[in-house]
Amino acid sequence: MSVNSATTSAFSARDYKSDVKPVWCPGCGDYTVLSAIGKALAELALAPEEVAVISGIGCSSRIPAYLNTYGFHGVHGRSTALATGLKLSRPDLTVLVTGGDGDGFSIGGNHFLHACRRNVDLTYIVMDNRVYGMTKGQPSPTTEPDWDSALSPGGTGLRPFNPLVIALASGANFIARGFSGDPNGTAKLITEAIQTPGFSFVEVLSPCVTFRPDQRDWKKIVRPAPVDPTEDIGQAARRLMTDDGFNLGVLYSGKRKPYALTKHEVTSDMTNLEQQFAI
Amino acid sequence: MPEIDHVLNSVSIAVTGSGGAGVITAGSMLLEAAAKAGLYGLFTRSSGPQIRGGEAAAMIRLADGPVGAPGDVFDILIAIDWHNIERFAIELPLSDTSIVIADPSQGAVPDVIALSGARIIEIPLKELAKKIKKGRQNMIALGVVTALIDLDQDVVDQVMVHVLAKRGDEALRASREAVASGKQAISEIGARVTSPAISADGTGRWMISGNEAAGLGALRGGIRFVAAYPITPATEVLEWLSPNLQKVGGSLVQAEDELASINMIIGASYGGTPSLTATSGPGLALMTESLGLAVASEVPVVVVDVMRGGPSTGIPTKSEQSDLNIALFGLHGDAPHLVVAPNSVSDCVFSTQWAVSVAEATQTPTIVLSDQLLGQTKVIIDPPADLAFVARRVTPAETGEGFQRYAATGTGISPMPIPGIAGGQYTADGLEHDDKGLPSSQVKDHATQLDKRSDKLDNYDFGDHWAEIEGEGRFAVICWGSTTATVREALERLSADGKNFRLISPRLLAPARPAEMALALQGIDRVLTIELSHSAQFYHYLKGHFDISCPLQSHHRPGPLPFRVGELCDVITEWSGS
Amino acid sequence: MNTRIDIGSVADLLAHVKAMETEAMEGYQDLAEQMEVHHNSETADLFRKMAHVESLHVKKVLERAEGVDLPHIPPWEYKWVDGEAPEAVSNEQTHYLMTPYHALQLALRAETRALDFFTQIVAQCEPGDIRDLASELRDEEQEHVELIKTWLAKLPEPDDGWDEDPDPPMLQE
Repeated sequence: MSVNSATTSAFSARDYKSDVKPVWCPGCGDYTVLSAIGKALAELALAPEEVAVISGIGCSSRIPAYLNTYGFHGVHGRSTALATGLKLSRPDLTVLVTGGDGDGFSIGGNHFLHACRRNVDLTYIVMDNRVYGMTKGQPSPTTEPDWDSALSPGGTGLRPFNPLVIALASGANFIARGFSGDPNGTAKLITEAIQTPGFSFVEVLSPCVTFRPDQRDWKKIVRPAPVDPTEDIGQAARRLMTDDGFNLGVLYSGKRKPYALTKHEVTSDMTNLEQQFAI
Repeated sequence: MPEIDHVLNSVSIAVTGSGGAGVITAGSMLLEAAAKAGLYGLFTRSSGPQIRGGEAAAMIRLADGPVGAPGDVFDILIAIDWHNIERFAIELPLSDTSIVIADPSQGAVPDVIALSGARIIEIPLKELAKKIKKGRQNMIALGVVTALIDLDQDVVDQVMVHVLAKRGDEALRASREAVASGKQAISEIGARVTSPAISADGTGRWMISGNEAAGLGALRGGIRFVAAYPITPATEVLEWLSPNLQKVGGSLVQAEDELASINMIIGASYGGTPSLTATSGPGLALMTESLGLAVASEVPVVVVDVMRGGPSTGIPTKSEQSDLNIALFGLHGDAPHLVVAPNSVSDCVFSTQWAVSVAEATQTPTIVLSDQLLGQTKVIIDPPADLAFVARRVTPAETGEGFQRYAATGTGISPMPIPGIAGGQYTADGLEHDDKGLPSSQVKDHATQLDKRSDKLDNYDFGDHWAEIEGEGRFAVICWGSTTATVREALERLSADGKNFRLISPRLLAPARPAEMALALQGIDRVLTIELSHSAQFYHYLKGHFDISCPLQSHHRPGPLPFRVGELCDVITEWSGS
Repeated sequence: MNTRIDIGSVADLLAHVKAMETEAMEGYQDLAEQMEVHHNSETADLFRKMAHVESLHVKKVLERAEGVDLPHIPPWEYKWVDGEAPEAVSNEQTHYLMTPYHALQLALRAETRALDFFTQIVAQCEPGDIRDLASELRDEEQEHVELIKTWLAKLPEPDDGWDEDPDPPMLQE
């Protein structure tokens, strides 16, 4: 990425913070993801009015209001679809999608698959805390099978998704994992994700201090991935086979051409067009 | 519109067959030829569940004025074979004045047909086709029919050239010979059917289906982005829009499901592009949550619902007017929005265009309630005038510190910044919010925003387009959507007998316009509603949301069969005691 | 801490200090805000105070840096020892019921890390401008550490059960 230079960015991370005070529990990983997004946007010198942040429902989906970019806090699970419509019709904007593991992989699962497959130039940041925090602590698709909860006593017994596997299999062009306990590292991943054309997926492990106090141990477990990023899908797939969910860094950065609508020139006025109905 | 000023003279023709007989092609060519000759007409079809090779019926009605309803009986039924005719028999009413052309090689004429008392004429269609190299029975049938109704063979030939050109010279030659053979066969028998008089040729008229018309209306209104998921009977809207959007610089994207479709168009609209999707009942049901999002965040979108038989998967290939409830009341919470219903195939153009313009002006999602009858019927019409209603969104003159996206204004409509405008940044939200758009659960904010979202619709000047109001009398018939054309023709017939009724067909179904309806009902003593719904959804809507002081009765039945003119003449006559 | 902190110039060091103090100031502002939102006004006030103190440090750095062309360094390219600015508080343990005692402990840890950072630079550097500046900064951080220790000494240790909340979590959406 950029090297020490004498030029300063026109923006500082703080420029992107809105006046709205986050209501997240102190200790929530999302605070640092919010600041990492600000750092990334500042590093890329993007004017706030040229950025749109789209979210669904959940604690992490509150992010758009905490930034002074354009934003859309939509319904549960549909943020990637809404962002797709926006980016396809407004390719000039930088569009980020933010949300949690429930919003993205449960109700949003289908749209996640198709967003990866479509490979529209979006950056999707999922703050994965392996729980439904907003609704007080139910298992999510990334929750460990033995995690005890009221709705699933003794654990679900279900194997959790590995979102990176699904993203790779579905065609995402950039796949990375970060950790909210490493804000600068996360900022770097987000910056690269935005810069890489196509659908960029960044899973940020973001502990839930209220419902998953056990996740305090994550900072002891996470580690930089022992290998460099690859642009070979096969290699990325093999690496994922031994991924325990705590390797940080860029897994895959491909060269897949992003999908965008062809800009159609106006070739017909309405009168001409209507002639097709004339007898 | 289109109004008719006399009792229509018409002839109704059905062509049935199966297994690749090509009856739909023949029916379509017949309509086109009749149109060129100067007749008006409509063309619908019915088929079995097979994707190809199933039984099918092409049903055409030709008339001397704009026609929107099926005829009471078929004057001509030409059957290439009798496979599964029981499926359609009820859609092919015959009488003792009808002519049935049957191929003796296909076996005896089934009772269900013969019992009508129609005159059976035997013509060996299969044998005649075999005598011609590459000859097809449907072209023999076309020859028979066009001769029976004395349609100018020149126009028939023009249509054949136009339709079959891409299949090559052989196909054209074979068809010409087949048509001639059919014509010969029937003239040897000497049968004739009276057909409507032609006053002028069809130059300048259009042949168009309701689904195509809705697409055209969307483009006229300014739609430039469509995201959609195919569903019967709405898919043709998308098929038409896909290439035609491109011609005007727009685009269509196929989404993975209806949940994605509605959210994609909300996203595109948020970005400043007037956007639309088309679906049917099951798809609309999926979209309701996100339609609520569009209401709450004040993002305009248009959803065309081409209604089909319900509930659930229902009867996908047939029509009904039973999505009224979900369109009006299907959103959770108090979520005022617009519902517009085209009242004819031709009106699909204007109503969709108008829906786009009012959606954009009021920043509200608008549901356009079309149906299978309108959508998949092809009609001959005079080209609809372009009343120049286009998308015009209010954008802010000033932005920056203190800008309030959802400021309370006199009209309830607040300027909507487009992303890219500096100082206009806001987060659109499904959560209730204050005037800046920040989430709020406060009493005052909820009240203010609820008022804003309903006032902006209640205050909006919809003008006269809210309904078609025609005719004078002491009794009124209120109907909507595809039923209108049939009611109109029924009232025209009754008027010829000196019985006059007022017809009111609302185009704007939501918000309800009780004051305007009261005006429309001035001088009216009794009202009858007519609708294709088992539970009389429209009748109950009127009762619950309008102040109709005079006696109100309902005539309702479900699909799959459309109303017929004669059927409604009887209903209205009995109701009015005349 | 045996990794080398590779500071190349006075400007580079000043850029690091500026980033460090700014992140500290903003961090305390954010924590104050978080405490306010959760109605923990005692601790909020303390964090506000800390933010103010850091703002003075920022001012001082900017004065020192006047006329110096500071390099632009992407956030992840600073030479922090473990990827995080020494005085960054974002990773620290926080709790909506945390007491001023906890807040000061958090601040103490931050200042101690900053002290260690400059101490290490002094130890690694050849005599010269960089080492001189780093020594000054080390001494200042030492003062900060002492200051916080005195504040901390005035506060009793919190009781067991300081984080007890009889109410269950609230459903929001």
